[in-house]
Amino acid sequence: MMDAHSALFYAFSAVLLFAAFRVITARNPVHAALYLVLAFFQASGLWMLLEAEFLSIALVLVYVGAVMVLFLFVVMMLDINIDSIRIGFWKHFPLAATMGAVIALELAAVLLGGFRVAVPHTPQIPLMVTPTAVEAVSSAVAVGHMVVTEVSNTKALGVMLYTEYLYPVQVAALILLVALIAAIALTLRARKDTKAQNPADQVRVKASDRVSLVKMAPVKPDLASATEPEKSA
Amino acid sequence: MNITLGHYLTVGAILFALSVIGIFLNRKNLIVLLMAIELMLLAVNMNFVAFSHYLGDLHGQIFVFFILTVAAAESAIGLAILVQLFRNKSSINVDELNTLKG
Repeated sequence: MMDAHSALFYAFSAVLLFAAFRVITARNPVHAALYLVLAFFQASGLWMLLEAEFLSIALVLVYVGAVMVLFLFVVMMLDINIDSIRIGFWKHFPLAATMGAVIALELAAVLLGGFRVAVPHTPQIPLMVTPTAVEAVSSAVAVGHMVVTEVSNTKALGVMLYTEYLYPVQVAALILLVALIAAIALTLRARKDTKAQNPADQVRVKASDRVSLVKMAPVKPDLASATEPEKSA
Repeated sequence: MNITLGHYLTVGAILFALSVIGIFLNRKNLIVLLMAIELMLLAVNMNFVAFSHYLGDLHGQIFVFFILTVAAAESAIGLAILVQLFRNKSSINVDELNTLKG
């Protein structure tokens, strides 16, 4: 008899692996991207089963909401000839299958021990946080003498991120900033066929650049002297 | 039958092997190559979350958080390089990326 947890696990895993298989074998890159979206949704479901709610939602928001949309934009922006990118697809298959089999066997050799022993699966620890985090939470949210005993996954993660992991969070923010600037700097190009103003030049301009005074004789030269300039001076 | 840690690790392992195969198969298509790398990171994250749950330690999930950050940055820069590459070479074939003679 299979309980709901096991059934959900097998369903999510099966669809996840199928979607991953289609990602690497799809003819059309757009289909590959859409199958990758499906794979991320299944992984999100699996993480929900593992009681990692925050990461599960973050996976959908960050990957499906941002990264995969970026992928789809790029795929549709590039004019790719599908037939030409499939040339030699099966040429590498023997090598790829060998590598995949080796990796799977090696990992299985490690993991099968875990299956045999059948870890008794310690009853769910209601509070999936480390003692330090618990103390931080209780000191942060304890009102009066109320001691917080039940902390949600999101709250525990947040407390840890902003106490123990404050500096790594700052570094992560810096990495995102660098990525933002790098992506813009890489794809930015000055177009030759458009007219644009340069604000720096506009600010830096001086009056002498705009108006140039020319010394001229105060007398309007007549037509006869215009033909002989040396006499008019 | 209970779902053990080994079940989740097996899913992660198969996912990782699939994405390695994908990297070998899609030598002509840099976009799918990037997608295979994303799948690889997902497999690693799966292991982290599974260990974090079964060992009752939240630090693993913090690590997944940072991996997600780095993966997002990596794919943004990777796609920007891909766009530049396509502008210059009109192709996304990995075999043609030999101008550096590396």
